[in-house]
Amino acid sequence: MKMFVPLAAACLLASAGAAHAADPNLGRNLAATCANCHGTNGNAVKGSGIDGLAGIPKDKTLQKLADFRSGDKPASIMHQIVKGYTDAQLDLIATYFAAQK
Amino acid sequence: MMLMKRRDFLKVGAAAGAMASLYGCAGGGKASGHVVVVGGGYGGATVAKYLRMWSEGGVQVTLIERNPTFISCPISNLVIGGQKTMEDITISYEGLRNKWGVRVIQDDVVAVDATKRTVSLKGGSALSYDRLVLSPGVDFMWDEIPGLKGAEAQSKVLHAWKAGPQTVALRKQLESMKDGGVYAISIPKAPYRCPPGPYERACLVANYFKQSKPKSKVVILDANEDVVSKKGLFTKAWSDLYKGIVEYRNNSEVKDVDVGSNTAVLEFDKFKADVLNIIPPHRAGDIAHKSGIKLVNNRWVDINWLSMESTSTPGIHVLGDAIFPAPTMPKSGHMANQHGKLAAAAILNMLSGQEPNPEPVVMNTCYSFVDSKNVIHVSSVHQYDAATRTVQPVKGAGGVSAARNELEGKIALGWAQNIWADMLT
Repeated sequence: MKMFVPLAAACLLASAGAAHAADPNLGRNLAATCANCHGTNGNAVKGSGIDGLAGIPKDKTLQKLADFRSGDKPASIMHQIVKGYTDAQLDLIATYFAAQK
Repeated sequence: MMLMKRRDFLKVGAAAGAMASLYGCAGGGKASGHVVVVGGGYGGATVAKYLRMWSEGGVQVTLIERNPTFISCPISNLVIGGQKTMEDITISYEGLRNKWGVRVIQDDVVAVDATKRTVSLKGGSALSYDRLVLSPGVDFMWDEIPGLKGAEAQSKVLHAWKAGPQTVALRKQLESMKDGGVYAISIPKAPYRCPPGPYERACLVANYFKQSKPKSKVVILDANEDVVSKKGLFTKAWSDLYKGIVEYRNNSEVKDVDVGSNTAVLEFDKFKADVLNIIPPHRAGDIAHKSGIKLVNNRWVDINWLSMESTSTPGIHVLGDAIFPAPTMPKSGHMANQHGKLAAAAILNMLSGQEPNPEPVVMNTCYSFVDSKNVIHVSSVHQYDAATRTVQPVKGAGGVSAARNELEGKIALGWAQNIWADMLT
């Protein structure tokens, strides 16, 4: 059980900012909403032409999302989807994908 | 066989467990138990895979599906249009079996006992469950189109609204039709499965006629007051690409069909076609009705949006097209996949003695082909709202394509590859 203490602490940190007690798997659950297009755990099908997100550094993903939101990065659909998530949710999503292989 | 199965469960569980201990942030006790999933479409296949993946193999999952393979409704209009084959939209359940350790049984569920927590199969056996997931899709309300009640009538006047043999049969009817013929497609009043689907089909049949049978016509008999989805983009495609081929008629509800003369009977009118494609009104799949769970308008299952659990019957979760939808939520395969993940997360919490995630999010993306290459999309994001106890569309998010374009034609096919993999492999 000791092994899990640092992980639990990391989870609390990741969800600090949420107004109420968040589900410990919130980042995982939110990231799963992206998987339809970007692949399970961010591993897109090779050759599908859609970007994989697994293992991408968190800051890089967040910058890309911010650029979609502002319109700096042109998109076919992501500029519309990114606006459906809060900054705290996007942070959890980017954190989750950064930790995937 | 049972020993083999158990070893598969353990093998997959060990691999998933190693991953989860690094990244999973698992809270509370580990979930265990047996979940039975009825229906292996976009919702059912997804919940089966995600239950196994997220529980690190701790939860046993049995999927009951009546068909031997998965056949996708999305992309099936391209089979009707002649761009794709059935092989392109057919995927085996072997990935769920071998990679994820899901027990997949080809059978039909004929009864649910919510008190004893058992389901009975047509093949004679019964299964007990800790939690049951119904992802039954839709069944048609044939009483609304009396002339189509019989099996023979249904083999002549097709719906092709469940991908499979009818998809192939409709393509054959179109191929056999003489140049100068009329194809008519009827659309029931919303809500129905895949809001843009009938308009996409009209485009792809018109595209086929334009190339191969240029004197032919497509007539859309829409029971709704207006085009239900992507209106501006579809009407622009009809006027730009299919002028003189596609004719749109609103407020044209089909009340009956005379199969002998291939004629649709409307309220004040009749319409005779060479190929008549009737999409009858539909409701939650029959097993939802047989299971005795609460329905809205005697059609759609009433669910709790934190868990996808029936509001009337504890232990039964319902996904996909069968549910009474949240505001502006479409009945789509993409959305059913999202329901599957919401339900998987909630079920694992409940099986380990925790509350479901109090702030679920689901989103939708839907691509429609208006010809063999150009595509238009609609997207939306839906966040849980505690005040209304449902998921509400986020204002200012989502939307449609600026214009039809070939880039999204490629992305649409990439979407299909990824969502099929997300469900089944």
